[in-house]
Amino acid sequence: MRSVVAMSRSFGVTMDSRVAWPFAALVALLVFNLVFSSDFLTFQVRDGRLYGGLVDIFENAAPLILVAAGVAIVIGTGGIDLSVGSVMAISGTVAAGMIARPEYSVFNNVGFGGSILPAISLAIVTAGIAGLLNGTLVGILGVQPLMATLVLMVAGRGVAQLLSDGQIITFREPAMDFLGSGAWLGLPVAIWISLCGVVFVAVIVRVTAIGFLAEAIGDNRTAAALSGVPVRPLVMFAYVITGLLAGVAGILVVCDIGAADSIRAGRDKELDAILAVVLGGTTLSGGRFSILGAVIGALLIQTLTTTILAQGIVEDSARLVKGGVVIAICLLQSDRFRSGVTRAWKWRRSSTS
Amino acid sequence: MRAIHRVRRAGPLAITAIVCIALYVAAGILEPDFFSMSIVAGFLSNHAVFLIVAVGMTFVILSGGIDLSVGATAACASIALACLIERSSWNPAFAILFVLAGGVLIGGCMGGLIHSCRLPPFIVTLGGMFIARGLAFTISRESVSIHEPMYEQIYDLPASVLRAFGVNDATAERIGFLLPTASVIAIAAFLAALVMLMRTRFGRNVYAIGGSEQSAILMGVPAASTKIAVYAISGGCAALAGVVHTLSLFSGDPSSHVMLELDSIAAVVIGGTLLSGGIGSVVGTLLGVTIFAIIETWITMREGLNSAWTRIIVGTLLLAFILLQRALVRRK
Amino acid sequence: MEGQLTAPGAESGDMVQPLLEARGIIKQYPGVTALNRVDFDLRAGEIHALMGENGAGKTTLIRILTGATAPHAGTVRLDGKLVRMRSPAEAQAFGIATVYQEIDLIPYLSVAENLLLGRQPMRWGLIRGRDLRRRARQALARLGLNIDVESPVHSLSIAMQQMVAIARALDGSARILVLDEPTSSLDSADTARLFSLLRELKSRGLGIIFITHFIDQVFAISDRISILRNGLGVGCHETNRLTRLKLVSLMLGRDMRAAPETSLPPRTVRVDGERSILEAKRMGREGAIAPFDLVLGRGEVVGLAGLLGSGRSEAVRLIFGADRAQCGEIRMHGRPIRRPSPRRSLRAGVGFVPEDRKQQALAPNLSVEENLILAVQARRGVLRRLGRADRRKLFADYVRVLGIVAPGPRTPIRLLSGGNQQKVILARWLATQPEIMILDEPTRGIDIGAKAEVERIMAGLRERGLSMLFISSELDEIVRDSTRILVLRDRRIIGELESAAATPERIMEKIAGVEAS
Repeated sequence: MRSVVAMSRSFGVTMDSRVAWPFAALVALLVFNLVFSSDFLTFQVRDGRLYGGLVDIFENAAPLILVAAGVAIVIGTGGIDLSVGSVMAISGTVAAGMIARPEYSVFNNVGFGGSILPAISLAIVTAGIAGLLNGTLVGILGVQPLMATLVLMVAGRGVAQLLSDGQIITFREPAMDFLGSGAWLGLPVAIWISLCGVVFVAVIVRVTAIGFLAEAIGDNRTAAALSGVPVRPLVMFAYVITGLLAGVAGILVVCDIGAADSIRAGRDKELDAILAVVLGGTTLSGGRFSILGAVIGALLIQTLTTTILAQGIVEDSARLVKGGVVIAICLLQSDRFRSGVTRAWKWRRSSTS
Repeated sequence: MRAIHRVRRAGPLAITAIVCIALYVAAGILEPDFFSMSIVAGFLSNHAVFLIVAVGMTFVILSGGIDLSVGATAACASIALACLIERSSWNPAFAILFVLAGGVLIGGCMGGLIHSCRLPPFIVTLGGMFIARGLAFTISRESVSIHEPMYEQIYDLPASVLRAFGVNDATAERIGFLLPTASVIAIAAFLAALVMLMRTRFGRNVYAIGGSEQSAILMGVPAASTKIAVYAISGGCAALAGVVHTLSLFSGDPSSHVMLELDSIAAVVIGGTLLSGGIGSVVGTLLGVTIFAIIETWITMREGLNSAWTRIIVGTLLLAFILLQRALVRRK
Repeated sequence: MEGQLTAPGAESGDMVQPLLEARGIIKQYPGVTALNRVDFDLRAGEIHALMGENGAGKTTLIRILTGATAPHAGTVRLDGKLVRMRSPAEAQAFGIATVYQEIDLIPYLSVAENLLLGRQPMRWGLIRGRDLRRRARQALARLGLNIDVESPVHSLSIAMQQMVAIARALDGSARILVLDEPTSSLDSADTARLFSLLRELKSRGLGIIFITHFIDQVFAISDRISILRNGLGVGCHETNRLTRLKLVSLMLGRDMRAAPETSLPPRTVRVDGERSILEAKRMGREGAIAPFDLVLGRGEVVGLAGLLGSGRSEAVRLIFGADRAQCGEIRMHGRPIRRPSPRRSLRAGVGFVPEDRKQQALAPNLSVEENLILAVQARRGVLRRLGRADRRKLFADYVRVLGIVAPGPRTPIRLLSGGNQQKVILARWLATQPEIMILDEPTRGIDIGAKAEVERIMAGLRERGLSMLFISSELDEIVRDSTRILVLRDRRIIGELESAAATPERIMEKIAGVEAS
């Protein structure tokens, strides 16, 4: 572990050792793939665009990366956000609806729209409003984050279904196609968007004092409040930003498949996001959080899924492994478990000697 | 004196009951068919699975925890049962018992991890959900129909029992239609939970732990066994729900019951149980499930409405109840 | 002789064996000796008060006597027989019933259910509601209480809840009742009711250990008083042979061990400036502190003296805005501050070092540097992050000035010793260049050397004209470091002393309520 940290330090990136664990797991998985699928790590350049296993992983993980970055901040403040999946569905539906304008949907009657910019903007704004709702419930009304975001999780999907009248909205829009499967400077656009989104958020959070103060709030809210930290606005910010990121993620998903499926879009995404954040070294109780860790966690989850699929196991069964990994990571993070294991180990060694 | 306290303590419950009745009446006014016996019976028979899961969830939430794995466990139970009967030719009775035991065991394991390593229930049951769902799909990718004759008999059980007691054939048929085995099981589960929570030491311990875990431990309540037990019960109820699923639909389906856990949490909260534990009752859960059923049935009956409205209305109700709970708690 | 709390049995002619007898109790935690060869005994049919400031060892002694923890040395005897209690359950089996300060009842359950939780009467595996209520009423009646057993516990007043807790504790064959700060949340009427209950129990032969810090109450109810200070027993006296003054002096008197080596300048300090910087008028909060006035001038150090529970922390929290006042107003430089809050205080140039470091000041997993710059950053706002160079400079400066010992700026603060943690918190506020510093027990829970350093730091601040509000339980400290002293008792300010005229004895007199001319 120390060598990994040292190596990364030489890259100018100071990595917490907590991030080193999932990074190591990621590398291990990639190596595994390398060994068992011969052409996994190869890159091909075709039509000025990069192809390859790694590229696919990154591209597929793009929505999760965006969402996980936001959830990391929320968890850092000591909260949680269960509604990101539903918000993705809403945003995707709004975007698709505004572009396709199917007669059965409510979008038919909306005044503007048709080209992608207003559609995307409206979608993201809607997602932002959802985040605002969460932020108000948690930050101002003091509702427990689990409950507050549960509301939107339950109702949000209904809203998405309503907007699309329960149908899948398909569209043909070259601009959206480009976002979903096009490439720019050799890499898929989705990767660029997710990278830019994450970098943007990470910069905001770390260059300003937002990240630091959010960590203080999560670590000891009373101490932060007594030290003059503006707790309410910061908590609000965390949820709004998560909403916005979920909005972008929802659009990416829609662009990728060319349709908005309000029932299936973003399903399990909130759980995957929380998992990604936790895998990335952030504890659920709040305090120090790592966006880089969340990104690595998201990549890890995607790689895990890809690896399992490549081995011929069905995607749905991949959940089995995911579940085991979740619990294993939690156990490893738990002090009680570790101390219990070391005690048992020592006892065994002393009794056999 | 007692009555006064019963009434006062039932404050949140009363509100739920009022909402329930109001919704029913409103729905009936807009759709006169609502006031028929078959519709009311349909509330229960169409939502038997839901009620059973929500009842199990009530235990967990009362103790201050949460269980996200119930939907997946129910689906897993249903497909496991179907496959055991159809593909492995197990005796249905044994298969049912086996599946139930499995649910209890898995629940108990989760509870054990949660208590002994102080892991957050959210994450552990989330992992359990992944595992259960994955297991379900590993057992079978598609739904599996059950053609076992014994199943027909089980389905027809209420009518047969009535006939055996000498009830008129047509009446037995009608009652059997209104009150299928699934409903009977659901009612039985509800009653069992009611008695357990209200009248056994274990049930009171559940309330104690949810109300104030620290105080409860100082008062000698066995925290470990109580906590493990509530998750075991929830897992068992989920498995039972899966069994009932097969009884109603004569098949097992690994992709079923997605979001069931959230809906049941919503029903429990609407029913007046605090998500932090310590306050609430299964009666409230029953009311919450009924509200759900009313909304969903009404929306299905109204052709023009999108089924999405169920989600929205439930979500709004949930929000209202959460804010209400917050206001009540603040006053105390 | 100090250290021996042997009951003067021969004097009163009482040769009855004590109900409970602890001898030579030693309990150590890493770095600190909580109890140092303490003796304690309890007779049947007596109310024995146990007093001492925070950290004196009361809680530890009680935990040992009630089986919650084991001593490292020493013996405990019940009825003359040696016992070793390994758990609270065992202590209960021996007949020791404890009611803790935090009422340990389940708020949402009814009185009856709480009374019999775990031992509800059953029939055929189910609880019999009727029997439950009957048994509950009986248990309450035994104490002369008439409470509706069906009402939920949270609907009762704190006093009643306490009665229920006592009833639960006594339901059975308890012979010893331990009450930990039972009257902290009670008013005089409730206290009177509790006391008549205790007298009734006493007449039935119960031995009662009563932990408290209220002097009046101790004289009203107890037969004997034992006092602990810094882990030592400093006296066990018959109540009717002890004066208030002697009691207060025993509790707050000079520690016989090495007094902190300080070479602080003499007490007389110039108070600079006419106008007050801070003025609080009739600020109060029900249950916390009665409406009070407080004026702070430039360069003044106002010390707040009083026993535990006298309202000192509550008062300064109101001033800082950490709690909301229900009445009164506060002005700084003549301008009123509407709805004081920590943020407004920070902006106005007020700093606050809370009493409970762990719960209210430390962000345990964040680094030393981060903890240090927290308030500075909060004041700068959310957008302008303090640059690395500035952070390092602040860290280096305050490490030097305050003598903070830390492996590095990025060490998590929870790894530092208590004294160093306190210095970091001090630095946090000093870095904001405040005009006023509020310090609540700044030397609590840190070793002697660090205590001296903190006092030295305070003196330096005073020299530089910083105004301070200062709370301490050590009267020596208050006298040394204050320019003016406010004395509090039972949640109100009862007196004021100028530093020139102040001595620990005079303060004790004021607290005790006896004035010597």
